[in-house]
Amino acid sequence: MLPDQLDVKVTSQPLHGSGVLRFVRECPPYRWAAGLCSVFGIQSRSLTVAVPYLWLLAFFLAPFLIVFKLSFSEILIAMPPYAPLYEMAEDGYLQITLHLENYSLLFQDDLYWKSYVSSLEIAIVSTMLTLMVGFPIAYGMARAPRPWRLPLMMMVILPFWTSFLIRVYAWIGILKPEGFLNMFLTWLGVIDEPLIILHTNIAVYIGIVYSYLPFMILPLYANLEKMDISLLEAAADLGCTPFKAFWKITFPLAMPGIIAGCFLVFIPAVGEFVIPDLLGGSSTLMIGKTLWAEFFNNRDWPLSSAVAVVLLLLLVVPIVWFQRLQAKREAQLN
Amino acid sequence: MAEASSQARKVWAPWNEPGAKPFVRIEGVTKKFGSFVAVDNISLDIYEREFYSLLGPSGCGKTTLLRMLAGFEMPSTGRIIIDGEDMSTVPPHKRPVNMMFQSYALFPHMTVEQNIAFGLKQDHLPKADIAERVERMINLVQLNKFAKRKPEQLSGGQKQRVALARSLAKKPKILLLDEPLGALDKKLREETQFELMNIQEKLGVTFIIVTHDQEEAMTVSSRIAVMNHGCVEQVATPSEIYEYPNSRLVAQFIGDVNIMESRIAEVLPDRARLNVVGIDAPVQTGRSVNAAPGEIAWVAIRPEKMVVSLTPPADTSVNCLSGVVWDIGYLGKLSVFHVRLEDKSIVTVAQTNRKRETERTITWEDKVYVTWSPDAAVVLLA
Repeated sequence: MLPDQLDVKVTSQPLHGSGVLRFVRECPPYRWAAGLCSVFGIQSRSLTVAVPYLWLLAFFLAPFLIVFKLSFSEILIAMPPYAPLYEMAEDGYLQITLHLENYSLLFQDDLYWKSYVSSLEIAIVSTMLTLMVGFPIAYGMARAPRPWRLPLMMMVILPFWTSFLIRVYAWIGILKPEGFLNMFLTWLGVIDEPLIILHTNIAVYIGIVYSYLPFMILPLYANLEKMDISLLEAAADLGCTPFKAFWKITFPLAMPGIIAGCFLVFIPAVGEFVIPDLLGGSSTLMIGKTLWAEFFNNRDWPLSSAVAVVLLLLLVVPIVWFQRLQAKREAQLN
Repeated sequence: MAEASSQARKVWAPWNEPGAKPFVRIEGVTKKFGSFVAVDNISLDIYEREFYSLLGPSGCGKTTLLRMLAGFEMPSTGRIIIDGEDMSTVPPHKRPVNMMFQSYALFPHMTVEQNIAFGLKQDHLPKADIAERVERMINLVQLNKFAKRKPEQLSGGQKQRVALARSLAKKPKILLLDEPLGALDKKLREETQFELMNIQEKLGVTFIIVTHDQEEAMTVSSRIAVMNHGCVEQVATPSEIYEYPNSRLVAQFIGDVNIMESRIAEVLPDRARLNVVGIDAPVQTGRSVNAAPGEIAWVAIRPEKMVVSLTPPADTSVNCLSGVVWDIGYLGKLSVFHVRLEDKSIVTVAQTNRKRETERTITWEDKVYVTWSPDAAVVLLA
């Protein structure tokens, strides 16, 4: 039986504790830290953002500035092997000597710009190849039955548990004239004499595609897995063949994943040293190899610093351009 | 009877005409996923221009049946014939049906216009024709202001209208709607139900709608197929289903109902007498029953067809229960009384609040009488 009226007493509960504890509970440190920030006109949100900024400052910007400073120096047979950038002159003046010949040499000696061009070419071709190999794998993973997905993902990541150097080195055994690949093809009867793959650019492409494939697959998989299958059903329902639906729906929607994967492969591939050194031939020009030779063989720290600075500019420019494009597209949307 | 009255008033009801040809024939269709039978040997006929509802609780197989019509799933056995053509070997992109998805499935990288034009482009129509048709669809669903927007910039109701326009743009013979209004709030849903009915009437397209919302099915449908566990329980017009359900399951699924287990006492050509088990109350019905005396049957009476009163009726020997008021629900236009009988079972009675009054004449713990006319009771054998 329900009573005609319900008497509900609402009483405010007193906060437990007293003194310092109570003060901390009611006014925790993050709260007054935020309050302190707001006094100086800083939003507390910017404190959270500060963490990545500090990291980048310490481990990216500071080393870069050191390299940048080095690139204006001059080679010296000493330890360290470069001339100091500024000296205290006798009469209390600070003397700064900037050497620009490192940069001018990069443009005069065609070894360097050829290395850059060849690096970009190899990186672009191998990024495209990685995309062509990685997309079907990522697509298959994203469409696999749910319990299979995690094991498949593990299998993609598993090679990382072995040394990168050893994995690249193993390819020598596969690709060399008397290696596994040639033995297998000869046994099949496809070829009569061994294919020369090792110490050519083809071996470099194979090495880069193999090594960087996970970096392409993971962002693509993350993107494709999110895609709503009913979009493809809707396309089919509206008269679109499965092949066309792929190009009209799946591919455009996978674009962010494709771009992320391509950047993750392209950027390290441009500066790659180990793969061209182990698998490439003497004719394989890559800026990573050139930089190694300048730094370790010629001990020319200033010149190799200049090589590194120009490489960074070469990579930053397309990224900035891309981000601008993205921002423009977003602005158009709104 | 419903059939007699509909014929007398020339109501559009092709399913009652002997010569009418069904537009969609579902013939003995079964769909199994592994060992799970999602759809169990269903046969249905759906006629042109119908607004046909597949109604049932979630997991009853209604969506699977709809997806087989669209071609996303293939029947394990049986076949589907649309407009005289066997659909067994026809892939989804070649079927004369379009579907409005539960999630709307709008292409996020295309504007409203591009979404609506997508299906037309697949048919390689001339550009001018596409533009004209798209404009007509946008006018139909009143989205003129939003034509250049992308789906993420639209509200739920607007997305739903884009989805409708997109699925209607190709002038399908049949439009399949999968829980089309599920994501909308109640008020918008009610408005859209009427909008859907208007559009259906205007275009003359056959609509097949899947829903678990019985009110929605009642409002929009020409006929409803009530489904449960992969089987069809009953196919009838909304009023037939409500007034003459063929089983306890259908009666309980559509609206509120009091169901009392009874034993049949006497069967006559124009009426039947039963006794409610437990309280031994005699019930007389206005129709005969296809069962023998002594068998168990269930008397179903809708709450609004019962009357509750403080004074005993003239004849308390039949169609009359007595008990005490256990609970009262005031719903504004209705008051719902829960009356507790001798055997502690509860009967629900709904009464329209015709008079304006804040003081109830009947209140808790009152001894009351519940009565109904012989027509109100339906005898269910299952």
